[in-house]
Amino acid sequence: MIYLDNAATSWPKPAVVAQAIGQFLETSAANPGRSGHRLSLAAARVVYNLREALAEFFGLEDPLRLVFTSGVTESVNLALRGLLRPGDHVVTSPIEHNAVMRPLRALEREGVRLTIVPGTANGCLRLGDLELSLRPETRLVVLNHASNVSGTILPVAEVGAITRRQGKLLLVDAAQTAGVLPIDMKAMNVDLLAFSGHKGLLGPTGTGGLAIGERVDVRDMAPLKRGGTGSRSEFEEQPDFLPDKYEAGTPNSVGLAGLAASLDFLRQRGTEALRRHEMTLTGQLLEGLRAISGVRVFGPCDPARQVAVVSFTLTGRHVSDIALQLDEEHGVLCRPGLHCAPAAHRTLGSFPEGTVRFSPGAFTTAKEVEAALAAVARLARAPT
Amino acid sequence: MTAHGVVLFHGIQAALRAEKVLQKAMLTVKLVPTPRQFSSDCGVALRFAWSDLDPVRDRLATAKVEIDVIHPLE
Repeated sequence: MIYLDNAATSWPKPAVVAQAIGQFLETSAANPGRSGHRLSLAAARVVYNLREALAEFFGLEDPLRLVFTSGVTESVNLALRGLLRPGDHVVTSPIEHNAVMRPLRALEREGVRLTIVPGTANGCLRLGDLELSLRPETRLVVLNHASNVSGTILPVAEVGAITRRQGKLLLVDAAQTAGVLPIDMKAMNVDLLAFSGHKGLLGPTGTGGLAIGERVDVRDMAPLKRGGTGSRSEFEEQPDFLPDKYEAGTPNSVGLAGLAASLDFLRQRGTEALRRHEMTLTGQLLEGLRAISGVRVFGPCDPARQVAVVSFTLTGRHVSDIALQLDEEHGVLCRPGLHCAPAAHRTLGSFPEGTVRFSPGAFTTAKEVEAALAAVARLARAPT
Repeated sequence: MTAHGVVLFHGIQAALRAEKVLQKAMLTVKLVPTPRQFSSDCGVALRFAWSDLDPVRDRLATAKVEIDVIHPLE
């Protein structure tokens, strides 16, 4: 079996993840921050230490401004719902995932004004277009760090310089980049970073967070949910301090214990080495696919300008048929269709049919990529 | 003479941050259930030697750890 669906979730996970989860369940899985006994404190320390480690990893000074969520989707919803009010204007990129587009479309119906910056054919945007779209009432720019369809990396630091200069906030969806590309919120002027724990960070599903920079006034950012926090129990109003304001309910401490282990693994292996590995595989995929007659590859087609996500079509074949054949006849697991990102497919010119997406990961080998390419070549040769 | 003091916090994650900051500064501290007479927003408080009051205050201020209040323990 060849797993090329790491953009959906990374797999396999480092062995230490399952070990850490098992150990946490057996030794310290009390409710963190609720009771104050030794097991509760042990669990709360696991959560805190990860908070601190991730804050450092993303260049966020105050670890208490990093709040845990169930993943990028919840983080993006928290930021958008929390900050935007009727009459506010928000700007976004042409390659957003539905995690961003659906909350934005819903807010649009409630009176928030939305501008989508036009895209280039390979899924990028022009900084001049973005700057021109900013208005006095623009509150926020939302940017996908890298497309989950074409892998295209957007110029976050360059946009950050613009939003900083213009006094606007920048929210970055780092679903495809956290753990893969270096992210320094301070240096890149990212005000809100929504990240997932189960993709490039190699942790379990159900983990992620929102890192909130110093320029965001949290008094203006409403929580998405309200409830028990283990603090201020005598009051029936949600606490206004962090992280409790945004962390109602018992956290996914079991998942976070796994994420702490995968983050350690990542830092030991070195994210730069992993990025080089993924760039090599991406280059191999791009070269191999483009050599196959009838294959069309979407996106920048340059490993330096994309993450390890490659989308393609095959003339005369439905993408769903290709994926099914790859799975059943060749054991190659990938994802066909629109990838929850119709906006990105429109920009790339692959809407409504969609593409077949190959996304290698930290544990994919060159030999596996070679076998997947051979499988596509055989499909391309077979009569339709 | 007062032997210990406690630092109260709004939430446990701030208490844990304070614990790490002070331990790194080689100060002896312990997380304890918040003494009932002080009540608190948060279920745990950080106990420290009262003779360390100044360094405890300084370190927490330098690290920008938000605290609720500091009390001596009788």
